Amino acid sequence: MKLSSIISTQGEWLRGEGPHHQIVISSRVRFARNLRNRAFPGWAKKAERTAILDQIRPKVEQLPEMQDSFSELLQDLSALDKQVLVERHLISREHAAKGAGSALVMNRKQTLSVMINEEDHLRMQSMRSGLQLKQAFKLVDKIDSALESNLEFAFDPRLGYLTACPTNVGTGMRASAMLHLPGLVLSELINQVVQAVSKIGLAVRGLYGEGTEAMGNLFQISNQTTLGEKEDEIISRLTKVIETIIDKEHDARQVLLQKRSNTLWDQIGRAYGLLTYAHAMASKEALNLLSIIKLGVDLGAFPEERRLPIDELFIDTQPAHLQKSSQQKLNAEERDHLRAQIIRGRLKLFPKPDIGKLAKESGNGSAAKPSNNE
Amino acid sequence: MLCDVCKCNDAAVFLTQIVEGKMQKVNLCDACSKEKGVQDPTGFALADLLLGIGAAEEIEKGGAAQKCPVCGFTQSDFKKTGRLGCSTCYLTFAEGLGSLLKAMHKGTEHVGKVPEHAQRAAQLTDRMRNLSESLQKAVADENYETAASLRDQIKQLENDLTS
Repeated sequence: MKLSSIISTQGEWLRGEGPHHQIVISSRVRFARNLRNRAFPGWAKKAERTAILDQIRPKVEQLPEMQDSFSELLQDLSALDKQVLVERHLISREHAAKGAGSALVMNRKQTLSVMINEEDHLRMQSMRSGLQLKQAFKLVDKIDSALESNLEFAFDPRLGYLTACPTNVGTGMRASAMLHLPGLVLSELINQVVQAVSKIGLAVRGLYGEGTEAMGNLFQISNQTTLGEKEDEIISRLTKVIETIIDKEHDARQVLLQKRSNTLWDQIGRAYGLLTYAHAMASKEALNLLSIIKLGVDLGAFPEERRLPIDELFIDTQPAHLQKSSQQKLNAEERDHLRAQIIRGRLKLFPKPDIGKLAKESGNGSAAKPSNNE
Repeated sequence: MLCDVCKCNDAAVFLTQIVEGKMQKVNLCDACSKEKGVQDPTGFALADLLLGIGAAEEIEKGGAAQKCPVCGFTQSDFKKTGRLGCSTCYLTFAEGLGSLLKAMHKGTEHVGKVPEHAQRAAQLTDRMRNLSESLQKAVADENYETAASLRDQIKQLENDLTS
């Protein structure tokens, strides 16, 4: 499978309709594993990394889940292509920086990706739309068990799976979800939520911005510790916290609708106006405005069919995606023009925001108790 | 105040982490903060950075000039990168790592998934633990015959484990 076919289709997890997908964009579970008696990738010399790669890659490609997979050495991918994969959240920024001795194997649906020789010898991750941590876990668990019958993983009875960084030792599992929380941000409640969550030993970070500045009102929440808990305990804890945050987000939106509706109409109106008419737009501004439009779709100000084009724009307006879609090398200014152009094009089919339709949110969300993915 | 990483430039970036009431601070100079990816929130893990600095100090306590026999990794390497060299490093630097893992994680013992090749060993270890608890109880109850038979079972398991 070629890179171009990956680029041309959005991954299933992005356009899928998992539970609570309005607020939980995606769920991901990642396992870190290493081979016994081999230096970790950060310490191993190139020759050893290549040997490890040659040992691991065929076993991954042979997995039934990886039929017709995308399998490439990172040194064969251009910097731009790697950056595109990062923007799609298919590889980590660290992996994109790697060259010789590292590889990526990914399934066609883009729900399963295996990074070879990133920080650890093997980083397997599964992504799902919405809140589906358990499902994502099941898939990684399955291929982990399949691979361990062919490869001997470094494991200590007391410390668990041994990883390059001690922060991953034990289960080697990082479970995370990407949340869209414009209600909490607009209500200025987000800091409280972040602090409360941090106290429980979970990590929350803004997805793109610097420090606490969140771009696009997107936040990633994940477990911080990997040792001393069972995998399913970590996932239940994370799922419960996310469900609480979902409720809080819905509540915040309700309050905004009832008490600060003018602020809401104003935000949505301005976002719509700027996106429809601007001729230059930086990616940070684009993400923030798109986030408001997405909120507008959630609240009914825009028809539901407009949801997917907005979700796609979140990805397509990223810098590497823009560059990939253009024949010439673009500088920052040209990218901003192209971004605005693409946005105007997609928003041409958008009706004006229907403020009258901004019904109370009780139809979707807090009234219906979040279904447990047990 | 000097940078904690390179110890030569003045610190310009001050990071504080508070987890469950425990506070840890790191002071970085401009160059080191860029190198550690502090500007990049997705790539930067404060925990890793603190680990690298705190861990290196802990490991120094464990024993001077230790070098991993398998991969040649040393504690100064750990200090620089915050990561280990190979799985044997966990044994080599076990003393220093112990307290670090305790601070870092919810527990110090793994209770999750066990790979197949280790499952047999894990089951045997569990059984041994149960037997030795029973042995202690038998001795306390002055049940010496039971104690003797338990002691023999434990010996047998030990042989099984090392075989």
